[in-house]
Amino acid sequence: MANTPAQSVASRKTALNSTHRKMGARMVEFGGWDMPLEYSGIVPEHMAVRTRAGLFDVSHMGEIEVEGKGALPLLQKVTCNDASRLQDNQAQYSGLMNPQGGFVDDLLVHKIADQRYLLCVNASRREADFGWITKQNDTGARVRNVSDDYTQLAVQGPRSKAVLERLTAVDLGALKYYWFTHGEVCGVQSLVARTGYTGEDGFELYLPPSESERVWNEILEAGKAEGILPCGLGARNTLRLEAGMHLYGHDIDEETTPLEANLRWISKLEKGPFLGSEVLARQAQEGVKRRLVGFQMTDRGIARDEAPVWVEDRQVGKVTSGSYTPYLKRSIGLAYLPSELASPGQRILIEIRGKRAAAEVVSTPFYRKPKN
Amino acid sequence: MYPAQFRYSEEHEWLQVEDNSATVGITDHAQKELGDVVFVELPKVGDKVEAGQACGTVESVKAVSEIYSPVSGEVKEVNTALAETPEWINQDPHGKAWMMKVALSAPAPLDRLMTAEQYEEYLRKESAE
Repeated sequence: MANTPAQSVASRKTALNSTHRKMGARMVEFGGWDMPLEYSGIVPEHMAVRTRAGLFDVSHMGEIEVEGKGALPLLQKVTCNDASRLQDNQAQYSGLMNPQGGFVDDLLVHKIADQRYLLCVNASRREADFGWITKQNDTGARVRNVSDDYTQLAVQGPRSKAVLERLTAVDLGALKYYWFTHGEVCGVQSLVARTGYTGEDGFELYLPPSESERVWNEILEAGKAEGILPCGLGARNTLRLEAGMHLYGHDIDEETTPLEANLRWISKLEKGPFLGSEVLARQAQEGVKRRLVGFQMTDRGIARDEAPVWVEDRQVGKVTSGSYTPYLKRSIGLAYLPSELASPGQRILIEIRGKRAAAEVVSTPFYRKPKN
Repeated sequence: MYPAQFRYSEEHEWLQVEDNSATVGITDHAQKELGDVVFVELPKVGDKVEAGQACGTVESVKAVSEIYSPVSGEVKEVNTALAETPEWINQDPHGKAWMMKVALSAPAPLDRLMTAEQYEEYLRKESAE
């Protein structure tokens, strides 16, 4: 048994940091932030979200406001999805692109109103994204990093609607997946979005940091009967992996394109030119050399991030995300493979501590939530 | 909490020495640090293990951790049931989740191992750091 590494003291803290510590969360450094890794354990938290409800503090995520006449043209230039298709109160998953067609980040674009957008970006990319969008801003849009103005809470799981309904007059049932509205939750004016990063039904709330602790506690209290659990980033990672969702810095980065990452659906080449669109158009026409695939272990063992992937005696790729997942009770992962090997059923070998264990390419998502 | 008849290593293994044989497992503290154990890889009967050297692995959802043998010798018995029921490591780390029995090739290095009382003191210091 090796000792777990000491945690950094220089990390940034969300408004709920002391709440997490008071409640006995095990903390971890993530993307420069001191965040809860787990409360009761990754397995019970993961299962709570799949079967009941879970509450996450995701205030480390960043928010960037883009406003003015130039807002839409700027977003159309720097992101690969088509922001012009958004209606008021609608959200869209997209990629912030570099000129090579790689991901500066992946993000959610919320259309608040005409000429007003709110981007939700990854914690570790807040400053990089803001800098990049500002640098690309030749349309006169107002771009502001408003990350510190928000606490972001995620209530996820099949019972999350039932829990939140006790705390708000907002008609949550009328809110469709990837739509949002403004309203009071626990008496606090919030942006309430039906979005998430778990593959489950759920909501993400954006509210002023000053009210964080009260809202956090009231959600846990209101969810008691539903068996809600406070959850950490450990369960967030296993949940998103089961749902086949990408983690920036692992499954996508500046070097990988949406087409390689199995995100053709957010690459709207027909919307007109945008950063990297020539590269993506060429890839769409000629095909990509490598593709992100899902795999599951057929031998015993757990594939972890960075594990080499072999086919016969050739190293063909690397695991970008890998874990044992509590709901499926399988060891699964994502890896980039040469396109000719990227079809379900392909046998591969994952190197785990010097030994090669058998795995098989499978289609993603690994988990799909049951239809109501 | 920590049985008095065991000795403990700084890497959080326990062992119980009887005659020329030692039973080895990981401590309650170790299983708590790891969280829910989902996979365990143990040496095989007949393998030679050496004090201070890695001889297996324990994995939880979030982490993988090596098992260091606190003694030198030959593995004469392995708790093969753990492969199918790794959760025993969380449920009963000092009992039915024993990992291996080693026929000692040299006396257990008792001077480098801790008593239960010393181990509890060691844990207190470690958590205070």
